[in-house]
Amino acid sequence: MIINGVHIDETFAEAFPMRATRVIVTAQNLKWAHHAAQAMTGFATSVIACGCEAGIERELDPAETPDGRPGVSALLFAMGGKGLAKQLETRAGQCVLTSPTSALFAGIVEGEQIPLGKNLRYFGDGFQISKRIGGKRYWRIPVMDGEFLCQETTGMIKAVGGGNFLILAESQPQALAACEAAIEAMRRIPNVIMPFPGGVVRSGSKVGSKYKTLPASTNDAFCPTLKGQTRTELSPEIESVMEIVIDGLSDADIAKAMRAGIEAACGLGAANGIRRISAGNYGGKLGPFLFHLREIMA
Amino acid sequence: MTALSFTLKSPLRQRLDASPLVPDRLLGKSPKEIATLDLQYGNRRIAAADLFDIAGDDAESVRISGSPKLDFAGRGMTRGSLIIDGDAGAYVGMHMKGGRLCVSGSAGLYAACELKGGIVEICGNAGDLLGSALPGNKKGMSEGVVIVRGDAGDRVGDHMRRGSILIEGNAGMYLGARMTAGTIAVRGRIGACAGYAMKRGTLLVYGSPVSIGATFNDCGLHTLGFLPLLLKGYQGLNTCFSETRACRSRVRRLVGDLSVQGKGEILLVA
Repeated sequence: MIINGVHIDETFAEAFPMRATRVIVTAQNLKWAHHAAQAMTGFATSVIACGCEAGIERELDPAETPDGRPGVSALLFAMGGKGLAKQLETRAGQCVLTSPTSALFAGIVEGEQIPLGKNLRYFGDGFQISKRIGGKRYWRIPVMDGEFLCQETTGMIKAVGGGNFLILAESQPQALAACEAAIEAMRRIPNVIMPFPGGVVRSGSKVGSKYKTLPASTNDAFCPTLKGQTRTELSPEIESVMEIVIDGLSDADIAKAMRAGIEAACGLGAANGIRRISAGNYGGKLGPFLFHLREIMA
Repeated sequence: MTALSFTLKSPLRQRLDASPLVPDRLLGKSPKEIATLDLQYGNRRIAAADLFDIAGDDAESVRISGSPKLDFAGRGMTRGSLIIDGDAGAYVGMHMKGGRLCVSGSAGLYAACELKGGIVEICGNAGDLLGSALPGNKKGMSEGVVIVRGDAGDRVGDHMRRGSILIEGNAGMYLGARMTAGTIAVRGRIGACAGYAMKRGTLLVYGSPVSIGATFNDCGLHTLGFLPLLLKGYQGLNTCFSETRACRSRVRRLVGDLSVQGKGEILLVA
Protein backbone atom coordinates (compact mmCIF):
# COMPACT_ATOMS: atom_id res chain seq x y z
CA MET A 1 0.00 0.00 0.00
CA ILE A 2 1.36 3.42 -0.99
CA ILE A 3 -0.31 6.73 -0.05
CA ASN A 4 1.07 9.87 -1.70
CA GLY A 5 4.37 8.10 -2.25
CA VAL A 6 4.56 6.88 1.36
CA HIS A 7 4.85 3.13 1.82
CA ILE A 8 2.52 1.67 4.45
CA ASP A 9 4.17 -1.41 5.92
CA GLU A 10 2.19 -4.61 6.15
CA THR A 11 2.48 -4.75 9.89
CA PHE A 12 0.47 -3.96 12.97
CA ALA A 13 0.68 -2.03 16.21
CA GLU A 14 0.20 -3.96 19.42
CA ALA A 15 -1.67 -2.45 22.31
CA PHE A 16 -2.63 -3.66 25.76
CA PRO A 17 -5.57 -3.32 28.17
CA MET A 18 -5.49 -0.46 30.67
CA ARG A 19 -7.84 1.27 33.09
CA ALA A 20 -8.80 4.85 32.36
CA THR A 21 -10.74 7.79 33.67
CA ARG A 22 -11.59 11.25 32.44
CA VAL A 23 -11.67 14.34 34.63
CA ILE A 24 -12.84 17.85 33.88
CA VAL A 25 -10.78 20.74 35.23
CA THR A 26 -12.44 24.15 35.21
CA ALA A 27 -11.15 27.54 36.27
CA GLN A 28 -11.85 31.24 36.04
CA ASN A 29 -10.51 31.17 32.49
CA LEU A 30 -9.03 28.72 30.04
CA LYS A 31 -5.48 29.81 30.86
CA TRP A 32 -5.79 28.66 34.46
CA ALA A 33 -7.69 25.51 33.55
CA HIS A 34 -4.74 24.64 31.32
CA HIS A 35 -2.24 25.42 34.08
CA ALA A 36 -3.98 22.96 36.41
CA ALA A 37 -4.54 20.27 33.80
CA GLN A 38 -1.00 20.52 32.43
CA ALA A 39 0.43 20.12 35.90
CA MET A 40 -1.88 17.17 36.57
CA THR A 41 -0.92 15.39 33.36
CA GLY A 42 2.79 16.22 33.60
CA PHE A 43 5.38 13.46 33.96
CA ALA A 44 2.84 10.96 32.68
CA THR A 45 4.32 9.82 29.38
CA SER A 46 4.68 6.13 30.04
CA VAL A 47 3.58 3.64 32.68
CA ILE A 48 7.11 2.23 32.55
CA ALA A 49 8.25 4.80 35.09
CA CYS A 50 5.56 7.46 35.54
CA GLY A 51 2.83 5.39 37.18
CA CYS A 52 0.28 6.50 34.62
CA GLU A 53 -0.11 7.95 31.16
CA ALA A 54 -2.11 11.13 30.95
CA GLY A 55 -2.86 14.03 28.70
CA ILE A 56 -5.27 16.80 27.90
CA GLU A 57 -8.03 15.51 25.65
CA ARG A 58 -9.61 18.82 24.60
CA GLU A 59 -10.80 22.26 25.68
CA LEU A 60 -14.39 22.61 26.87
CA ASP A 61 -16.79 25.51 26.41
CA PRO A 62 -18.50 26.84 29.54
CA ALA A 63 -21.72 25.23 28.31
CA GLU A 64 -20.04 21.82 28.44
CA THR A 65 -18.70 22.02 32.00
CA PRO A 66 -20.66 21.26 35.18
CA ASP A 67 -20.08 24.69 36.74
CA GLY A 68 -20.44 26.74 33.57
CA ARG A 69 -16.82 27.90 33.49
CA PRO A 70 -14.15 27.28 30.85
CA GLY A 71 -12.36 23.99 31.27
CA VAL A 72 -10.38 21.16 29.79
CA SER A 73 -10.88 17.43 29.90
CA ALA A 74 -7.97 15.14 30.71
CA LEU A 75 -7.62 11.38 30.37
CA LEU A 76 -5.53 9.25 32.73
CA PHE A 77 -4.54 5.66 32.00
CA ALA A 78 -2.85 3.07 34.21
CA MET A 79 -2.24 -0.67 34.12
CA GLY A 80 -4.63 -1.35 37.01
CA GLY A 81 -7.42 0.22 39.03
CA LYS A 82 -5.43 0.66 42.24
CA GLY A 83 -2.58 2.35 40.42
CA LEU A 84 -4.94 4.66 38.58
CA ALA A 85 -6.77 5.64 41.77
CA LYS A 86 -3.49 6.43 43.53
CA GLN A 87 -2.12 8.48 40.64
CA LEU A 88 -5.38 10.37 40.27
CA GLU A 89 -5.56 11.25 43.92
CA THR A 90 -1.94 12.34 44.11
CA ARG A 91 -2.10 14.42 40.96
CA ALA A 92 -5.48 15.98 41.82
CA GLY A 93 -4.22 16.88 45.29
CA GLN A 94 -0.89 18.33 44.26
CA CYS A 95 -1.77 19.89 40.92
CA VAL A 96 -5.47 20.82 40.77
CA LEU A 97 -6.30 21.52 44.41
CA THR A 98 -3.29 23.84 44.47
CA SER A 99 -4.11 25.70 41.26
CA PRO A 100 -5.94 29.05 41.72
CA THR A 101 -9.70 29.12 40.96
CA SER A 102 -9.76 25.48 39.87
CA ALA A 103 -12.57 22.96 40.30
CA LEU A 104 -12.49 19.26 39.46
CA PHE A 105 -15.29 17.05 38.16
CA ALA A 106 -15.80 13.53 36.90
CA GLY A 107 -15.71 13.14 33.13
CA ILE A 108 -16.96 9.56 33.10
CA VAL A 109 -20.10 8.56 34.94
CA GLU A 110 -20.23 4.84 34.31
CA GLY A 111 -17.89 2.12 35.53
CA GLU A 112 -16.34 1.50 38.91
CA GLN A 113 -16.15 4.67 40.98
CA ILE A 114 -12.71 5.78 42.21
CA PRO A 115 -12.04 8.63 44.63
CA LEU A 116 -11.65 12.15 43.33
CA GLY A 117 -12.51 14.48 46.20
CA LYS A 118 -13.44 11.64 48.55
CA ASN A 119 -10.09 11.76 50.36
CA LEU A 120 -8.94 15.22 49.29
CA ARG A 121 -11.74 16.62 51.41
CA TYR A 122 -9.69 15.97 54.55
CA PHE A 123 -7.47 18.85 53.50
CA GLY A 124 -10.42 20.95 54.68
CA ASP A 125 -9.54 19.98 58.27
CA GLY A 126 -13.16 19.66 59.30
CA PHE A 127 -14.34 22.82 57.55
CA GLN A 128 -15.15 20.95 54.33
CA ILE A 129 -18.79 20.86 53.27
CA SER A 130 -20.56 18.10 51.38
CA LYS A 131 -23.30 18.87 48.86
CA ARG A 132 -25.38 16.34 46.98
CA ILE A 133 -26.55 17.80 43.72
CA GLY A 134 -28.47 15.78 41.16
CA GLY A 135 -27.61 12.53 42.93
CA LYS A 136 -23.86 13.28 42.91
CA ARG A 137 -21.78 14.27 45.90
CA TYR A 138 -19.47 17.24 45.75
CA TRP A 139 -17.01 18.59 48.30
CA ARG A 140 -16.45 22.25 49.03
CA ILE A 141 -12.97 22.49 50.51
CA PRO A 142 -12.02 25.90 51.91
CA VAL A 143 -8.74 27.18 50.46
CA MET A 144 -7.00 30.53 50.57
CA ASP A 145 -8.53 31.84 47.32
CA GLY A 146 -12.07 30.75 48.23
CA GLU A 147 -13.35 27.21 47.86
CA PHE A 148 -12.07 24.20 45.91
CA LEU A 149 -15.07 22.38 44.50
CA CYS A 150 -14.47 18.73 43.74
CA GLN A 151 -16.76 15.86 42.83
CA GLU A 152 -16.47 12.91 45.19
CA THR A 153 -15.72 10.20 42.63
CA THR A 154 -15.18 9.60 38.95
CA GLY A 155 -15.83 6.54 36.82
CA MET A 156 -13.08 4.15 35.82
CA ILE A 157 -13.50 2.05 32.69
CA LYS A 158 -11.55 -0.51 30.66
CA ALA A 159 -9.42 1.11 28.00
CA VAL A 160 -6.58 0.44 25.59
CA GLY A 161 -3.03 1.77 25.77
CA GLY A 162 -0.02 1.66 23.53
CA GLY A 163 -1.54 2.11 20.08
CA ASN A 164 1.23 3.50 17.88
CA PHE A 165 2.71 4.12 14.50
CA LEU A 166 6.15 5.09 13.27
CA ILE A 167 7.00 7.76 10.75
CA LEU A 168 10.17 7.05 8.79
CA ALA A 169 11.68 10.02 7.01
CA GLU A 170 14.77 11.09 5.12
CA SER A 171 15.72 13.64 7.78
CA GLN A 172 14.98 14.55 11.38
CA PRO A 173 13.21 17.87 10.56
CA GLN A 174 11.02 16.11 7.99
CA ALA A 175 10.06 13.36 10.46
CA LEU A 176 9.17 15.97 13.06
CA ALA A 177 7.10 18.03 10.61
CA ALA A 178 5.10 14.92 9.70
CA CYS A 179 4.58 14.12 13.38
CA GLU A 180 3.36 17.65 14.07
CA ALA A 181 0.85 17.39 11.22
CA ALA A 182 -0.30 13.99 12.50
CA ILE A 183 -0.72 15.22 16.08
CA GLU A 184 -2.71 18.25 14.97
CA ALA A 185 -5.14 15.96 13.16
CA MET A 186 -5.30 13.44 16.00
CA ARG A 187 -6.07 16.06 18.65
CA ARG A 188 -9.45 16.52 16.95
CA ILE A 189 -10.40 12.91 17.74
CA PRO A 190 -12.22 12.44 21.07
CA ASN A 191 -11.42 9.77 23.68
CA VAL A 192 -7.69 9.59 22.91
CA ILE A 193 -4.48 11.13 24.16
CA MET A 194 -0.96 11.08 22.86
CA PRO A 195 0.93 11.14 26.18
CA PHE A 196 4.48 11.92 25.08
CA PRO A 197 5.94 15.44 24.83
CA GLY A 198 4.07 17.21 22.05
CA GLY A 199 2.49 13.83 21.33
CA VAL A 200 5.71 12.46 19.82
CA VAL A 201 8.28 9.98 21.13
CA ARG A 202 11.72 9.65 19.60
CA SER A 203 12.90 6.87 21.90
CA GLY A 204 10.62 4.02 20.90
CA SER A 205 11.33 0.91 22.92
CA LYS A 206 11.34 -2.83 22.51
CA VAL A 207 10.35 -5.27 25.23
CA GLY A 208 13.34 -6.46 27.32
CA SER A 209 17.00 -5.63 27.42
CA LYS A 210 20.40 -7.24 27.67
CA TYR A 211 20.40 -5.80 31.19
CA LYS A 212 18.20 -8.01 33.39
CA THR A 213 16.79 -5.16 35.47
CA LEU A 214 15.39 -3.25 32.50
CA PRO A 215 11.89 -4.19 31.23
CA ALA A 216 12.34 -2.13 28.04
CA SER A 217 15.20 -0.76 26.00
CA THR A 218 15.86 1.16 22.80
CA ASN A 219 14.20 -0.17 19.65
CA ASP A 220 17.54 -0.78 17.94
CA ALA A 221 15.95 -2.12 14.74
CA PHE A 222 14.62 1.41 14.09
CA CYS A 223 17.67 3.39 15.24
CA PRO A 224 19.21 4.97 12.13
CA THR A 225 22.71 5.18 13.61
CA LEU A 226 22.72 1.39 14.15
CA LYS A 227 21.84 0.48 10.57
CA GLY A 228 25.13 -1.34 10.12
CA GLN A 229 25.34 -2.69 13.63
CA THR A 230 22.08 -4.52 14.30
CA ARG A 231 19.27 -6.34 12.47
CA THR A 232 17.87 -3.12 11.10
CA GLU A 233 14.39 -2.42 9.74
CA LEU A 234 15.62 0.68 7.96
CA SER A 235 16.61 1.15 4.34
CA PRO A 236 19.63 3.35 3.53
CA GLU A 237 17.62 6.55 2.78
CA ILE A 238 15.92 6.59 6.23
CA GLU A 239 17.71 8.95 8.57
CA SER A 240 15.12 9.54 11.28
CA VAL A 241 12.20 7.64 12.85
CA MET A 242 9.63 9.05 15.26
CA GLU A 243 6.73 7.34 16.97
CA ILE A 244 3.30 8.49 18.01
CA VAL A 245 1.79 6.55 20.92
CA ILE A 246 -1.96 6.62 21.47
CA ASP A 247 -4.04 5.67 24.50
CA GLY A 248 -7.77 5.49 23.95
CA LEU A 249 -10.96 4.63 25.75
CA SER A 250 -11.58 1.88 23.17
CA ASP A 251 -9.73 0.14 20.34
CA ALA A 252 -12.09 1.84 17.86
CA ASP A 253 -11.02 5.27 19.17
CA ILE A 254 -7.36 4.35 18.72
CA ALA A 255 -7.97 3.08 15.18
CA LYS A 256 -9.76 6.32 14.32
CA ALA A 257 -6.89 8.41 15.70
CA MET A 258 -4.27 6.30 13.91
CA ARG A 259 -6.05 6.75 10.61
CA ALA A 260 -6.28 10.52 11.08
CA GLY A 261 -2.60 10.74 12.04
CA ILE A 262 -1.30 8.56 9.22
CA GLU A 263 -3.45 10.44 6.70
CA ALA A 264 -2.00 13.74 7.87
CA ALA A 265 1.58 12.44 7.80
CA CYS A 266 1.09 10.98 4.35
CA GLY A 267 -0.37 14.30 3.29
CA LEU A 268 3.19 15.66 3.31
CA GLY A 269 4.15 12.73 1.12
CA ALA A 270 7.39 11.44 -0.34
CA ALA A 271 8.06 14.89 -1.80
CA ASN A 272 8.67 16.09 1.76
CA GLY A 273 10.88 13.17 2.68
CA ILE A 274 8.29 10.94 4.32
CA ARG A 275 9.10 7.44 3.07
CA ARG A 276 7.39 4.84 5.23
CA ILE A 277 4.79 4.33 7.96
CA SER A 278 5.39 1.38 10.21
CA ALA A 279 4.30 0.31 13.69
CA GLY A 280 5.58 -1.16 16.91
CA ASN A 281 5.16 -4.88 16.40
CA TYR A 282 6.69 -6.95 19.14
CA GLY A 283 5.57 -10.39 18.03
CA GLY A 284 2.68 -10.65 20.47
CA LYS A 285 4.75 -10.06 23.61
CA LEU A 286 3.10 -6.75 24.40
CA GLY A 287 -0.67 -7.07 24.24
CA PRO A 288 -3.80 -8.53 22.68
CA PHE A 289 -4.99 -5.56 20.59
CA LEU A 290 -3.62 -5.58 17.04
CA PHE A 291 -4.01 -2.57 14.76
CA HIS A 292 -3.13 -3.58 11.21
CA LEU A 293 -1.99 -0.45 9.38
CA ARG A 294 -3.32 -1.47 5.99
CA GLU A 295 -6.74 -2.40 7.38
CA ILE A 296 -6.95 0.92 9.19
CA MET A 297 -6.00 2.85 6.05
CA ALA A 298 -8.15 0.77 3.65
CA MET B 1 -55.66 5.68 29.24
CA THR B 2 -56.87 8.54 31.41
CA ALA B 3 -55.78 9.49 34.90
CA LEU B 4 -57.56 7.68 37.71
CA SER B 5 -59.55 10.49 39.30
CA PHE B 6 -61.33 10.71 42.64
CA THR B 7 -63.83 13.57 42.63
CA LEU B 8 -65.49 14.42 45.94
CA LYS B 9 -69.26 14.00 45.85
CA SER B 10 -69.63 16.64 48.57
CA PRO B 11 -67.26 18.66 50.74
CA LEU B 12 -65.55 16.61 53.45
CA ARG B 13 -67.14 17.01 56.90
CA GLN B 14 -64.48 15.01 58.74
CA ARG B 15 -60.76 14.57 58.19
CA LEU B 16 -59.96 11.91 55.62
CA ASP B 17 -56.85 9.72 55.54
CA ALA B 18 -56.10 9.70 51.80
CA SER B 19 -52.95 7.59 52.09
CA PRO B 20 -54.45 4.53 50.28
CA LEU B 21 -55.05 6.66 47.19
CA VAL B 22 -51.52 6.48 45.78
CA PRO B 23 -50.32 4.75 42.58
CA ASP B 24 -48.45 2.05 44.55
CA ARG B 25 -51.63 0.88 46.28
CA LEU B 26 -53.99 1.31 43.32
CA LEU B 27 -51.97 -0.42 40.61
CA GLY B 28 -53.33 -3.84 39.69
CA LYS B 29 -56.67 -3.25 41.40
CA SER B 30 -59.95 -3.68 39.52
CA PRO B 31 -62.49 -0.79 39.44
CA LYS B 32 -64.59 -2.71 41.95
CA GLU B 33 -61.68 -3.16 44.33
CA ILE B 34 -60.87 0.53 44.08
CA ALA B 35 -64.50 1.48 44.72
CA THR B 36 -64.59 -0.62 47.87
CA LEU B 37 -61.25 0.63 49.23
CA ASP B 38 -61.59 1.16 52.94
CA LEU B 39 -60.75 4.74 54.00
CA GLN B 40 -60.51 6.25 57.47
CA TYR B 41 -63.00 9.13 57.59
CA GLY B 42 -63.16 10.84 60.96
CA ASN B 43 -63.75 8.07 63.49
CA ARG B 44 -65.19 5.53 61.03
CA ARG B 45 -64.27 3.51 57.97
CA ILE B 46 -65.90 4.26 54.64
CA ALA B 47 -65.70 2.90 51.09
CA ALA B 48 -63.97 5.15 48.55
CA ALA B 49 -67.01 5.11 46.27
CA ASP B 50 -69.18 6.56 49.06
CA LEU B 51 -67.03 9.72 49.10
CA PHE B 52 -65.78 9.99 45.54
CA ASP B 53 -66.94 9.68 41.96
CA ILE B 54 -64.24 7.46 40.51
CA ALA B 55 -63.27 7.65 36.83
CA GLY B 56 -60.30 6.79 34.63
CA ASP B 57 -58.07 3.76 34.52
CA ASP B 58 -54.41 4.85 34.71
CA ALA B 59 -53.34 4.14 38.27
CA GLU B 60 -49.84 5.54 37.57
CA SER B 61 -51.47 8.96 37.36
CA VAL B 62 -53.93 9.73 40.13
CA ARG B 63 -55.99 12.92 40.72
CA ILE B 64 -57.92 13.68 43.90
CA SER B 65 -60.27 16.58 44.64
CA GLY B 66 -58.63 18.88 47.11
CA SER B 67 -59.86 19.74 50.58
CA PRO B 68 -58.19 21.21 53.67
CA LYS B 69 -59.39 18.04 55.43
CA LEU B 70 -57.61 15.69 53.04
CA ASP B 71 -54.71 14.36 55.16
CA PHE B 72 -51.78 12.05 54.38
CA ALA B 73 -52.17 12.41 50.59
CA GLY B 74 -49.25 10.69 48.86
CA ARG B 75 -48.02 9.09 52.07
CA GLY B 76 -45.21 6.64 51.34
CA MET B 77 -45.71 6.75 47.58
CA THR B 78 -42.74 5.51 45.53
CA ARG B 79 -43.81 6.01 41.92
CA GLY B 80 -46.15 7.67 39.49
CA SER B 81 -47.91 10.98 39.80
CA LEU B 82 -50.47 12.27 42.26
CA ILE B 83 -52.25 15.57 41.75
CA ILE B 84 -54.43 17.19 44.40
CA ASP B 85 -56.83 19.56 42.65
CA GLY B 86 -57.14 22.29 45.26
CA ASP B 87 -55.96 22.44 48.87
CA ALA B 88 -54.61 19.56 50.90
CA GLY B 89 -54.63 18.95 54.64
CA ALA B 90 -51.78 17.88 56.88
CA TYR B 91 -48.97 15.41 56.22
CA VAL B 92 -49.03 15.67 52.41
CA GLY B 93 -46.18 13.58 50.95
CA MET B 94 -45.18 12.22 54.34
CA HIS B 95 -42.54 9.44 54.01
CA MET B 96 -42.80 9.68 50.22
CA LYS B 97 -39.93 7.87 48.45
CA GLY B 98 -40.45 8.61 44.77
CA GLY B 99 -42.74 9.92 42.06
CA ARG B 100 -44.23 13.39 41.84
CA LEU B 101 -46.90 14.91 44.03
CA CYS B 102 -48.50 18.22 43.09
CA VAL B 103 -50.93 20.21 45.21
CA SER B 104 -52.52 22.88 43.07
CA GLY B 105 -53.69 24.79 46.15
CA SER B 106 -52.16 25.13 49.60
CA ALA B 107 -51.03 22.41 52.00
CA GLY B 108 -51.37 22.19 55.77
CA LEU B 109 -48.99 21.22 58.56
CA TYR B 110 -46.09 18.81 58.15
CA ALA B 111 -46.15 18.71 54.34
CA ALA B 112 -43.31 16.50 53.00
CA CYS B 113 -42.35 15.58 56.54
CA GLU B 114 -39.64 12.91 56.66
CA LEU B 115 -39.62 12.87 52.86
CA LYS B 116 -37.25 10.21 51.49
CA GLY B 117 -37.36 10.94 47.77
CA GLY B 118 -39.38 12.24 44.84
CA ILE B 119 -40.71 15.72 44.16
CA VAL B 120 -43.43 17.51 46.12
CA GLU B 121 -44.80 20.67 44.54
CA ILE B 122 -47.18 22.97 46.41
CA CYS B 123 -48.55 25.68 44.16
CA GLY B 124 -50.09 27.70 46.99
CA ASN B 125 -48.77 28.11 50.52
CA ALA B 126 -47.39 25.48 52.87
CA GLY B 127 -48.13 25.26 56.58
CA ASP B 128 -45.68 24.97 59.44
CA LEU B 129 -43.03 22.24 59.71
CA LEU B 130 -42.62 21.70 55.98
CA GLY B 131 -40.07 18.90 55.35
CA SER B 132 -39.49 18.46 59.05
CA ALA B 133 -39.32 15.50 61.42
CA LEU B 134 -42.46 14.21 63.09
CA PRO B 135 -42.78 15.12 66.78
CA GLY B 136 -40.23 13.15 68.80
CA ASN B 137 -38.25 12.07 65.75
CA LYS B 138 -34.79 13.42 64.94
CA LYS B 139 -34.60 12.90 61.20
CA GLY B 140 -36.57 15.19 58.98
CA MET B 141 -36.58 15.15 55.22
CA SER B 142 -33.67 12.96 54.03
CA GLU B 143 -33.85 13.21 50.21
CA GLY B 144 -35.99 14.64 47.43
CA VAL B 145 -37.12 18.10 46.44
CA VAL B 146 -39.95 20.26 47.79
CA ILE B 147 -41.14 23.27 45.80
CA VAL B 148 -43.47 25.86 47.31
CA ARG B 149 -44.75 28.50 44.90
CA GLY B 150 -46.25 30.62 47.66
CA ASP B 151 -45.21 31.17 51.28
CA ALA B 152 -44.21 28.60 53.88
CA GLY B 153 -44.93 28.64 57.61
CA ASP B 154 -42.65 28.34 60.62
CA ARG B 155 -39.96 25.72 61.24
CA VAL B 156 -39.42 24.77 57.62
CA GLY B 157 -36.86 21.92 57.43
CA ASP B 158 -36.75 21.24 61.17
CA HIS B 159 -34.18 18.42 61.65
CA MET B 160 -33.73 18.23 57.86
CA ARG B 161 -30.95 15.83 56.79
CA ARG B 162 -30.66 16.10 53.01
CA GLY B 163 -32.49 17.22 49.86
CA SER B 164 -33.74 20.62 48.80
CA ILE B 165 -36.64 22.85 49.76
CA LEU B 166 -37.28 25.69 47.31
CA ILE B 167 -39.67 28.42 48.47
CA GLU B 168 -40.57 31.05 45.92
CA GLY B 169 -42.39 33.23 48.46
CA ASN B 170 -41.59 34.01 52.10
CA ALA B 171 -40.77 31.67 54.97
CA GLY B 172 -41.71 31.94 58.63
CA MET B 173 -39.71 31.77 61.84
CA TYR B 174 -37.09 29.14 62.72
CA LEU B 175 -36.24 28.35 59.11
CA GLY B 176 -33.91 25.34 59.03
CA ALA B 177 -33.93 24.94 62.80
CA ARG B 178 -31.90 21.95 64.02
CA MET B 179 -31.02 21.15 60.42
CA THR B 180 -28.15 18.66 59.92
CA ALA B 181 -27.69 18.95 56.13
CA GLY B 182 -29.46 19.84 52.89
CA THR B 183 -30.42 23.08 51.22
CA ILE B 184 -33.33 25.45 51.76
CA ALA B 185 -33.66 28.34 49.31
CA VAL B 186 -36.10 31.20 49.92
CA ARG B 187 -36.78 33.82 47.29
CA GLY B 188 -38.68 36.15 49.60
CA ARG B 189 -38.23 37.24 53.21
CA ILE B 190 -37.58 34.97 56.16
CA GLY B 191 -38.74 35.22 59.75
CA ALA B 192 -36.69 35.50 62.93
CA CYS B 193 -34.38 32.82 64.36
CA ALA B 194 -33.36 31.33 61.02
CA GLY B 195 -30.89 28.47 61.44
CA TYR B 196 -31.63 28.05 65.17
CA ALA B 197 -29.44 25.16 66.46
CA MET B 198 -28.45 24.36 62.91
CA LYS B 199 -25.51 21.86 62.65
CA ARG B 200 -24.81 21.83 58.93
CA GLY B 201 -26.64 22.60 55.69
CA THR B 202 -27.31 25.71 53.64
CA LEU B 203 -29.98 28.38 53.85
CA LEU B 204 -29.94 30.42 50.65
CA VAL B 205 -31.89 33.63 51.14
CA TYR B 206 -32.67 36.13 48.38
CA GLY B 207 -34.97 38.46 50.31
CA SER B 208 -34.10 41.88 51.68
CA PRO B 209 -31.80 41.97 54.73
CA VAL B 210 -33.12 39.92 57.61
CA SER B 211 -32.35 39.82 61.27
CA ILE B 212 -29.94 36.99 61.93
CA GLY B 213 -29.24 35.53 65.35
CA ALA B 214 -26.16 36.61 67.27
CA THR B 215 -24.88 33.04 67.11
CA PHE B 216 -24.14 33.37 63.40
CA ASN B 217 -20.80 34.94 62.42
CA ASP B 218 -20.18 36.89 59.25
CA CYS B 219 -17.61 35.31 56.89
CA GLY B 220 -17.87 38.07 54.29
CA LEU B 221 -19.00 38.42 50.70
CA HIS B 222 -18.00 35.67 48.25
CA THR B 223 -18.52 34.17 44.82
CA LEU B 224 -19.00 30.49 45.61
CA GLY B 225 -18.24 28.01 42.85
CA PHE B 226 -20.79 25.46 43.98
CA LEU B 227 -23.76 27.83 43.67
CA PRO B 228 -24.04 27.78 39.84
CA LEU B 229 -23.81 24.00 40.00
CA LEU B 230 -26.47 23.81 42.71
CA LEU B 231 -28.84 26.13 40.90
CA LYS B 232 -28.21 24.41 37.57
CA GLY B 233 -29.44 21.24 39.27
CA TYR B 234 -32.82 22.92 39.79
CA GLN B 235 -33.24 23.81 36.13
CA GLY B 236 -35.62 21.00 35.29
CA LEU B 237 -37.93 22.01 38.14
CA ASN B 238 -39.22 25.22 36.58
CA THR B 239 -38.54 27.47 39.55
CA CYS B 240 -37.20 31.00 39.84
CA PHE B 241 -33.98 29.62 41.34
CA SER B 242 -32.51 28.53 38.03
CA GLU B 243 -32.55 31.98 36.40
CA THR B 244 -29.19 32.96 34.95
CA ARG B 245 -28.97 36.05 37.15
CA ALA B 246 -29.45 33.98 40.28
CA CYS B 247 -26.65 31.61 39.22
CA ARG B 248 -24.07 34.39 39.10
CA SER B 249 -24.94 35.96 42.44
CA ARG B 250 -22.46 36.94 45.09
CA VAL B 251 -23.42 35.92 48.60
CA ARG B 252 -22.69 36.99 52.17
CA ARG B 253 -21.78 33.85 54.13
CA LEU B 254 -22.90 33.64 57.75
CA VAL B 255 -21.84 30.55 59.64
CA GLY B 256 -23.49 28.93 62.65
CA ASP B 257 -25.33 28.10 64.79
CA LEU B 258 -22.26 28.62 66.97
CA SER B 259 -24.24 27.92 70.14
CA VAL B 260 -24.21 24.25 69.10
CA GLN B 261 -20.77 24.34 67.39
CA GLY B 262 -22.70 24.31 64.14
CA LYS B 263 -21.05 24.49 60.72
CA GLY B 264 -24.17 25.42 58.81
CA GLU B 265 -24.38 28.48 56.63
CA ILE B 266 -26.85 31.20 55.77
CA LEU B 267 -26.04 32.62 52.36
CA LEU B 268 -27.55 36.06 51.82
CA VAL B 269 -27.67 36.80 48.12
CA ALA B 270 -26.21 40.24 47.52
